[in-house]
Amino acid sequence: MNAGRAVRALPTLLRIGVAETIAYRAEFLVWILTTTLPLVMLGLWTSVAAEAPFRQYTSADFVAYYLAALIVRNLTGSWVAWQISEEIRMGTMAMRLLRPIHPLFTLAAGHVAAIPFRSLVVLPVAVILLVSSGSSALVTEPLQLALIVPSLALAWLITFTILFALGALSFWVTKTMALLNLYFGLFSLLSGYLLPLPLLPRFIARAAEVLPFRFMLSVPVELMTRTLDRRELATLLLGQLGWAIACVALAMFLWQRGVKRFESVGG
Amino acid sequence: MIRYLRLASVQLKISAAAAMAYRSDFLLEGVLAIAWLGLTALPLLVLFDGRATVAGWDESSALIVIAAFMALRAILEGVISPSLVDLVERIRSGAFDYVLLKPVDAQAMISASRFEPWKVFDLLGALAVTSYAFYLRGSPPAAVDIALGVVLFAAGTIAMYSLWILCAALAFWVVRLDNLTYLLGSIFDVARWPVQVFSGVWRFVFTFVIPVAVMTTFPAMALLGRIEARTAAGTIGGAVALFVISRLVWRAAIRSYTSASS
Repeated sequence: MNAGRAVRALPTLLRIGVAETIAYRAEFLVWILTTTLPLVMLGLWTSVAAEAPFRQYTSADFVAYYLAALIVRNLTGSWVAWQISEEIRMGTMAMRLLRPIHPLFTLAAGHVAAIPFRSLVVLPVAVILLVSSGSSALVTEPLQLALIVPSLALAWLITFTILFALGALSFWVTKTMALLNLYFGLFSLLSGYLLPLPLLPRFIARAAEVLPFRFMLSVPVELMTRTLDRRELATLLLGQLGWAIACVALAMFLWQRGVKRFESVGG
Repeated sequence: MIRYLRLASVQLKISAAAAMAYRSDFLLEGVLAIAWLGLTALPLLVLFDGRATVAGWDESSALIVIAAFMALRAILEGVISPSLVDLVERIRSGAFDYVLLKPVDAQAMISASRFEPWKVFDLLGALAVTSYAFYLRGSPPAAVDIALGVVLFAAGTIAMYSLWILCAALAFWVVRLDNLTYLLGSIFDVARWPVQVFSGVWRFVFTFVIPVAVMTTFPAMALLGRIEARTAAGTIGGAVALFVISRLVWRAAIRSYTSASS
């Protein structure tokens, strides 16, 4: 890939991304609304914890946790896998391949352009979180707060590249939907989206510690809701960085192998 | 009527033949079904690991709700969703014209147009979970309760089908709507929990606005012999009403259909 060319094309790609988001605003909104799961879980757990704390979690802890999860999910979520598998199936991928920039880059630019719009949705949630939980269940340590942004960026990159790799599997597999459903099931469980990871049975929680899912959601959420010492912070962020590099490599590799098999259908 | 049954059976045969053509999927779907079973039940196990009962539900009775949820999801993913994805595709491409030209009711034709036969595994899984739950409880359900449970489950299925038809009807006005089924799917996920576990607003929403409670909690309560006659009657009445509404909206939508082809 020619890096200079990609950088020069970036402003245009971002503009296209913004235009696409606005053009498909109804669709965009529906995608946002599909992330209602944390709110449902919030309703469930707050009524469970209303009488007495569940394990060490109070009602306020659950509110803070799930609102933070909602924010992270909205900022980092992506539908690139569905997009790629659709383009491969319909043959429109051929057009993307004609462009002289790597699709990982063009697609990423398109999704980055949607982030400001996603932030608009996230903002009210963040305000509610601050007002309702305040300092009682949130972190106030400045260094840790500063690290939330890079942590979110890395979480976004891991999510995007894993979904990109899954989408690229459509070059081989026809049952991509079943695969994506299973992926989402695993993600919900192991990333802390469904439940805070400490609540999981021990052996699953242990597996979740090393798998990539945790670094896609739970880590930024933990940065917001749990005070961590320097060592823990370093471990978590380095873990994110490591997984980000590995996932970019995996996405590029699968793409490179898959594209050789690609035969445009119709188009 | 017989004609429609024959039509459905022909379409089922075609889908089964298509499924047989990809026999390797058999293994994949089997593995997926088992993985899903674990994933579905786990949050519930975590909840009851910390509490003996939640809102009057203990672990074994909540497992029956999970089983109802799994069975309903199997029907959703095995029959309803594939057919409606197919419908949206046809509306977009204009191929829906050919459905309208056929001398049968378009809704009946579309509703059974695609099957995913492998989803039978999930149904079997749901039966297994139900049996296990009653084994834990130590006594089998009474015959009357089984009958009422089956009736309410059918009502729940009709309610779900009607909701999806309503969404599909929207596709006639707003063409690109395939992800609306994702939205419904993510809301439907709530149905794995007994509705009483939710408090206040949520319980109202999930009972009356988006009646996921009707779909799983009430059939499970019937099976446990805990449901009041009034609730049961309300469930059946609600399902029928929803079906009638969806049918009316569908007819209105068909009338405003302007072909995308030519």
